Amino acid sequence: MSKVQNAVVGSVRTVLGWVPSQWLPGGTPDPLIARRAAVGRQASRLDGPLKVAGKARFAAEVAVERLTYATLVHSPVARGRITHLDTSAAESAPGVNLVLTYRNMPRIESPALISLSDFSAVGNSALPILQDAEIRYNGQVVALVVAETQEQADHAASLLVIGYAPTKPTTRFQDAQAEARTPESLLVERNHVSVGRAERELARAAHRVDNHYRTPWQNHSAIELHALTVIWDGEDSLTVHDATQMIAPSAVVLAKLFGLKKDQVRVLSPFVGGGFGGKGLWDHQIVAIAAARLLGRPLRLMLTREGVYRIIGGRSPTEQRVAIGADGDGRFTALIHSGHSVMPTYGACPEPFTLGSRALYRAGSFEMLQHHVDLDVVPNTFMRAPGEAIGSFALESAVDELAHEMGIDPIDLRLRNEPERHPISGAPFSQHARRQAFTDGAKRFGWERRQREPGARREGEWRLGLGCATGSFPYARMPGASARITLRRDGAAVVACSAQEMGMGTATVQTQHAADRLGLPVSAVVFKLGDSALPAAPMAGGSSQTASVAGAIIAAAAKLTGELVRLAGNDSPIAGLRAGEVHLVDGGVGAIGDAARHEEYRSILARAGREEITVTATGSPPLEMLKYAMHSTSAIFCELRVSDATGEIRVDRLLGSFDCGTILNPQTAASQFKGGMIMGLGLALTEETLFDERSGRIMNPSLADYHIPVHLDVPEIEVMWTGIPDPRSPLGARGIGEIGITGVAAAVANAVFNATGRRVRELPITLDKLL
Amino acid sequence: MAIRVNGTEVDPPEDARVSLLDLLRERLQLTGTKVGCNQGACGACTVLLDGNRVLSCLTLAVQADGREVTTIEGLADGDGLHPLQAAFIEHDGFQCGYCTPGQICAASAMLREVTEGVPSYVTADLAEEHITLSREEIRERMSGNLCRCGAHNGIIDAILQVATEKAA
Repeated sequence: MSKVQNAVVGSVRTVLGWVPSQWLPGGTPDPLIARRAAVGRQASRLDGPLKVAGKARFAAEVAVERLTYATLVHSPVARGRITHLDTSAAESAPGVNLVLTYRNMPRIESPALISLSDFSAVGNSALPILQDAEIRYNGQVVALVVAETQEQADHAASLLVIGYAPTKPTTRFQDAQAEARTPESLLVERNHVSVGRAERELARAAHRVDNHYRTPWQNHSAIELHALTVIWDGEDSLTVHDATQMIAPSAVVLAKLFGLKKDQVRVLSPFVGGGFGGKGLWDHQIVAIAAARLLGRPLRLMLTREGVYRIIGGRSPTEQRVAIGADGDGRFTALIHSGHSVMPTYGACPEPFTLGSRALYRAGSFEMLQHHVDLDVVPNTFMRAPGEAIGSFALESAVDELAHEMGIDPIDLRLRNEPERHPISGAPFSQHARRQAFTDGAKRFGWERRQREPGARREGEWRLGLGCATGSFPYARMPGASARITLRRDGAAVVACSAQEMGMGTATVQTQHAADRLGLPVSAVVFKLGDSALPAAPMAGGSSQTASVAGAIIAAAAKLTGELVRLAGNDSPIAGLRAGEVHLVDGGVGAIGDAARHEEYRSILARAGREEITVTATGSPPLEMLKYAMHSTSAIFCELRVSDATGEIRVDRLLGSFDCGTILNPQTAASQFKGGMIMGLGLALTEETLFDERSGRIMNPSLADYHIPVHLDVPEIEVMWTGIPDPRSPLGARGIGEIGITGVAAAVANAVFNATGRRVRELPITLDKLL
Repeated sequence: MAIRVNGTEVDPPEDARVSLLDLLRERLQLTGTKVGCNQGACGACTVLLDGNRVLSCLTLAVQADGREVTTIEGLADGDGLHPLQAAFIEHDGFQCGYCTPGQICAASAMLREVTEGVPSYVTADLAEEHITLSREEIRERMSGNLCRCGAHNGIIDAILQVATEKAA
C-alpha cells in the first residue's frame, strides 16, 4: 500500500464530496426500504433441513471414483534449509502413489497477494510454495504424501526422513519491535492520522489516561477443517470442491497459476463449515492441485487440526497505546492510538486496530499510527473484525478508565463525545443512531443497577460487576459483484451468483430480497450460489457480502425491468411507460403510483412467445462508501462474577444493542450477532495461540488446548437493534457479521474492573491475572 | 460378524487402523458425521454406539463389530425429521451446519442419560433418581460439542423444547 494509493483515495473522496447525492448510488434511498414484504420478516434457514439431516455436502464429502488421499508434512524448524531428504521408505510403503517435495513439485508462482485494488488477488503469502529447500517458518509445508487410503498416506508420511540445518529465527515480538516498519496505508485508509497537536493537548489536559494494552495470537478455529477434493479432467479442465470463502477469486487465481483459461477452472463451495476469515487460498490447495495433476487421479486433502494451526495464519498479536485527554466536562481534547502488530514482509494482511478509533469519538486532536513487526511465522491473516475486534478492546478500556478517573458514568462520557460527522474525514454519516442503541440497551439491561465503586457487590465468594463498551465496523460493498436473474413464464425466478454460504444465511436472505425486488412470493424464487460457473460475486469478507450481492440483484432487476418493458410492447397496460416509470410488483410490471396499470410476467412472456428471460448485471460502483461515513455500531453490556478463591470469571449476562440499518431476517441476524459476541467472549477470556518463542512453534495446535467458548461458558445472550434503514445502502442494510464481536472484550474487561477493581490490559483475562 | 449401521449390516474394514469415523465417511459415504479434529476434542463426529454417544474419531471401526451404530442419517424414523432436528431448525440452533449432526446425536443420547438418572458435574444431588433438566444441566452435558458459529443459545433452546415435550 503506497503513497499513491493514499493520494488516489483521498482525491476520489474530495471529488465525491462535491458531487450531489442524487447522482450517486444510494443518492435516492432504495425503494424497497419503504415497501418490503419478505425482507425483515423472520424466516428459518432454507438450507436448514439439509444441514440438520447431515445432507449438506461439504468440500471433503463429494463422492468421486478412483479417489486418492493426501497428507501434508510440516517443518519442525522455523528458519533454515532442508539438507537431507530421503523419500524412499515412504514411496515404497503400501498404497503410496506419490511423495511430493520441492524436488518434484512443478515450478509454480505464488498467488498475487490480497489487495483492495485487485479483487481477484487472494494470496495470503508471497513465499514460494514447495519450490526450494528453504524453510521460512515453523510448520511450513515440506511434503505431500498421496496414497490409496488416508491410513496409508498418514503412515507413509511418518516414514519420510528429512534433515534440516536450522538458522536462528526471529520469533519474539519484543525483539523485532525495534526494526518495525511503518506502512503508508492500512487497507484503503491512510496509516498516519495527525489532527492538531495531540501529545501537547494530552499533556495539558485536565484529565488523562495513557496506557498500553496487549492482545495475543488467535486462530479462527472453524469446526470444519480446511479441505478440498480435486478433479482434473485431462490437462486442461480442473474442478475443485473447496472449503473457501472466496469462490470466484480462487477460480481466477488457480487458472493463472496452472496455466488454464478462466472457463477451464470451476471452484464449487456450496457449504462452508465456518470461515471467519480463515478459509482463503493457502498453500495446501496449490500443492494438492499440483499433485492431482501429476498423478492423473482425483485427490482429497483434509488438513489435520494441527495442520490448520501450522499453515493457516490467524489474528496478529498487538501491543497498543491508547491515550485520551479530556477537559473538565469530559470532552476529549486528545485521542492517541498507536502500536505494533505482526505482518511479515511476505504477508498481505495488516491488523488495522486503529481504524475503529477514527470513527467513534469527537476529539480536539488525533494522533494515530501503526507499525508492522516482521517475524518468521506463518503469515497472519484477517480474522473476524480484523482491527476493530482488538482495537476496540484498547480504546474502550481506556474510555472506561477515564470515566472512572473522572467519576462519570461511562455511557455518559461516551455520549458527551458522540460525533455529528465522521471525526477525521468530516464526511456526513449516512445514518447513525448509536445514542439510541446505548440508551435502549442500557434500559433493557438494567444499567442503573451498576455500582460506580468497583468491588461493591458481592455474593459469597463471588464479586459481581457490570461493564459496557461500544464498537464500530465500516460498511462495505464490493465493486464488481454480478448476478443473473432468470424469469420464467410460470412466474418463478432463479437468481444466481457465486456467493458464499458459511452460516450467514446467504441464500435465505437473498431469496427474501429477490422475492421483494421482483414482486414475487418467496416460494417462487430460488437463489443459487457456491459455484464459480455462476456470475462472479466477491469474496465473503468485511461484512460486505449481503450488500454486494444485493447491489448486483438491484442492477439485474433494473436490466430485467428494461427488457420487460420492451417485450410488453404497445398492447400492454404499461405501454408507453419507460423503465424508470415502472416497478416490479405483484408478479408483474406496474406503473409507479398507478396500480391500475399492471401486467403480470406470465402475460408479458406469453404474448412475446418467450419461455423465459435471462439477464446478468453488475452492481453499481460503491461510491456511497467514499462519500458518506457508513458504519455499523454497537453498545455491548456485560454482567459477570469473579471468584475470590480461584479468579474464575463467569459471564452471567451479555446484551448487544446494534445500529446496523435494516435487519433483513431477525432470526438469522440475531444468530450472526450472538455468534460474534460469543467469539468475543473467547477473545476476552480464553483464546490464545501460544508460540514457543525459541522455536517459533505453536504449542497448542488443537481444540483441546486452544480454548473456544463451550456451552457452559455461554450465557443466554440478548440482542436488539434500532432497525433504522440506512438511506444510502441497498435495502437500507449495513453489515452485521463483524460488529457482534467488536466491543465485547472491552465490555468484559470493564465488568471485571467493576467487579474487582483490577484493570487487566492484556487479553485473554485468565484466572492468573486476577489472583 | 458385522457392524450394523442405521439398520444395515456392513463388513468391518480389513485395515484395523480405520476409525469408525472414516468407515462411515469414506467407505460408506455417510458424510453426515463430521470431522473437526480427529482428536476427540470437538464432538463433531459424535454417533450412537448401541444407543450411547461416542466420538467416532476415537473409535476404531473394528470396535463396532457386532454392535449397532446410529448416525445422523439414521436418527429419524423414516424420511421425516427427528424432533431434535426440527427443533434445531425452529430455534436456529446452527449457522454453518457443520457441528450440527454431532450436536443432535449427542443431544439425543444425552436426553436418554438424563432419564436413566446419570448425574453431571452440575447436578446438585448425585443420588437423586429424577434429574430436572435445567438449562445449566444441558449446557454442561453438551459442552463436549463445540460450535464456532456461536449457535449455543439456539442449541440449548432446541434441546430444552424437545426435553419438555417428551416429559409432558
